[in-house]
Amino acid sequence: MTENISCRNFEKVNDILEKYDYRPSNLISILQEVQEIYRYLPEEILTYISTAMGIAPARVFGVATFYENFSLEPKGKNVIKVCNGTACHVRKSDKILSTVRETLNLKNGAKTTDDMLFTLETVSCLGACGLAPVVVVNDRVYGNMTPEKVVQLINEIMEGSRNDQDS
Amino acid sequence: MIRTVDELEKNFQELSKMARGYRMRILVCGGTGCIANGSLEIYKKFKEVLRQKGLYTDLELIQEGREGTGVAASGCHGFCEMGPLVRIEPNGFLYVKVKAEDVEDIVESTVIKNEPVMRLLFCDPAEKKHFLREEEIPFYRRQTRLVLKNCGKIDPEDIRDYIACGGYRALAKVLTEMTPEQVCDEILKSKLRGRGGAGFPTGKKWQQVFSQDSDVKYVVCNGDEGDPGAFMDRSVMEGDPHRILEGMMIAGYATGAREGYIYVRAEYPLAVKRLQTAINQAREWGLLGKNILSSNFDFDIHINRGAGAFVCGEGSALTQSIEGFRGMPRPRPPRTVEKGLFGKPTVLNNVETFANVPSIILNGAEWFSSIGTPESPGTKIFALTGNINNTGLIEVPMGITLRQILFEVGGGIKSGKKFKAVQIGGPSGGCLTEEHLDLSMDFDSLEKAGAMIGSGGLVVMDEDACMVEVARFFMDFTQRESCGKCVPCREGTKRMLEILEKIVSGNGTVEDLELLNELAEVVKTGSLCGLGKTAPNPVLTTMKYFKEEYMAHVIDKRCPSKVCRGLARPVINREKCRGCGKCKRICPASAIEGEAKKPHEIDQNRCLRCLACIDACPFDAIREE
Repeated sequence: MTENISCRNFEKVNDILEKYDYRPSNLISILQEVQEIYRYLPEEILTYISTAMGIAPARVFGVATFYENFSLEPKGKNVIKVCNGTACHVRKSDKILSTVRETLNLKNGAKTTDDMLFTLETVSCLGACGLAPVVVVNDRVYGNMTPEKVVQLINEIMEGSRNDQDS
Repeated sequence: MIRTVDELEKNFQELSKMARGYRMRILVCGGTGCIANGSLEIYKKFKEVLRQKGLYTDLELIQEGREGTGVAASGCHGFCEMGPLVRIEPNGFLYVKVKAEDVEDIVESTVIKNEPVMRLLFCDPAEKKHFLREEEIPFYRRQTRLVLKNCGKIDPEDIRDYIACGGYRALAKVLTEMTPEQVCDEILKSKLRGRGGAGFPTGKKWQQVFSQDSDVKYVVCNGDEGDPGAFMDRSVMEGDPHRILEGMMIAGYATGAREGYIYVRAEYPLAVKRLQTAINQAREWGLLGKNILSSNFDFDIHINRGAGAFVCGEGSALTQSIEGFRGMPRPRPPRTVEKGLFGKPTVLNNVETFANVPSIILNGAEWFSSIGTPESPGTKIFALTGNINNTGLIEVPMGITLRQILFEVGGGIKSGKKFKAVQIGGPSGGCLTEEHLDLSMDFDSLEKAGAMIGSGGLVVMDEDACMVEVARFFMDFTQRESCGKCVPCREGTKRMLEILEKIVSGNGTVEDLELLNELAEVVKTGSLCGLGKTAPNPVLTTMKYFKEEYMAHVIDKRCPSKVCRGLARPVINREKCRGCGKCKRICPASAIEGEAKKPHEIDQNRCLRCLACIDACPFDAIREE
């Protein structure tokens, strides 16, 4: 469901480029929308965008690599963001992070699990400091987390996806 | 469609009269924090229950003459720790930690009988009593909510709520009664200073843009609130978006700009949504677009979503990002007021600054300067977080002391621990300690103390925090966020982080501290923008106020707060040890020796400080020293 690039389907990208008038100043918005479709920025799409917009591929890659939200690698089905902002850090967010790493068996700084079910990211601040420490799973915010709660959360998601496969 | 000032006034009169048709109004907090705790389900449940009981009304029903109880999902009330929050108008009851199951009770007691539900009232742990009304709670009592006036009291997704509270009347006033010069003068006279951190006089900035000779000018609102631990801009954008639009439009009129951009960080999807709704509604109502209120003034606003780069909070990096480039700061001059967005003169202010503007125009500069201190008038919103009892957003007059914030508004340190320090202004700020408790919180006093208001994040740390580790944490942040343009910042912050990591892992030396100091100066002086210039601040201030902690780390190889694992020393209590050998078996470095059934001993030279032995001991005989 994430990748349709194998069939070289650039139609959606064309729609986005059209919507933003091929204007270079809209490059960031264009990349954001493209990423929403593919969940990451595939290399051939980036080169395609640069040709279609008439700007250097270096500029497109430069922007795509500068901003943290852009990913050049495929992401897992579920994105877990552990907040490591000051308030969360003070309330021991690193324990949450190490628990998630352990539970998902992510070693040597790997971000995505082998089964492509989870991607783990850290963010600097989600602005929900009153609920620190905070974890966001697929854009839903979970506050006042503990290592136990986060394990439970991951288990629930795993179970949910297993049920999806069964049905 | 509102075409003239008279029509706006008529709408204001009608809508505020209609609002009186609410016998009662239930405001469920719809801020990010409370939504995370399920407030939207509560909101839906209220609607459902009230409808079932025939008590429900809304503006359309009131128009048909049906009075009753209304429900709205409001913006953030600020008291996030206690969420989800529910406020009842007009009697001002505030319910905390509400669950969907409580809805029936609230409707039965409060809506029908006008009685409070005692178990949902806030109970202050210090004063050991329940508080009926929001205004009576110690957390709110000391606050002066001007910018946050509507946050939590109106529905941010309904422009009619904003108009009923007198919204867009400041815009009407400048368009009909004031010249652009007069608006700039009024803001200058009010001494409003930029709330983004630096505290530059807003009126002066506007005058400078006004005096630029250019056909095209821009107004840019900086909503890239990147400082970890600050979320006031998010709350204003989510809770009262029209106030920001109105402030930007007034800035546009005052400076001759016809187009505005709001740059919101990507981590705030709800803020983007609410702002977009507000812009759409303002356009529909004729308050944005061409010939606003028949005054020949055109203005329109666009939203740009950030993509996750802290440095984009810096003015020139932000404009680069809106233009679709890598967000890297550029040398100045020319300044943003001369050559900003797309090379045109640009007013760039922070969300909170724009949100201050409408009230200043309506109530006058004198009113504004009567609040706060003479040189820093008005209020400031702080985000109070960390190890404090009441976390949340607070708006207090400038000049309040840190002690008042922490102990009166904040309710003291969590779990009765001792106050150690507060980090103000995020990774660019500094730390304040016990000796600063009576310091006046305003731009100039804080600068003198080596800190800065910055965005207004206040992260409270208790006696358990290790200040060296805190400095390492911030350095890790700035090091990652450095855009890489200036070598001293890019390489310097990395080296500083390495030294700090060396110290917390127990390998630091006294020479490292000197080197750290030296590097800090280089990074400060050799960087173009605020990020690099202020990056060493957390290190410098912690070194200044907690020198002995650094010394303990490098000389005694000991972390006084027992935070740094690399310095932890497990020690066996000979009296408690039964010699079971569990620790000996688990130790990866074979650092534990001893005969069976006799007290064991740890060889500190071989110990890796993994502390696995502490967890392994069934007799609780091993402790960190």
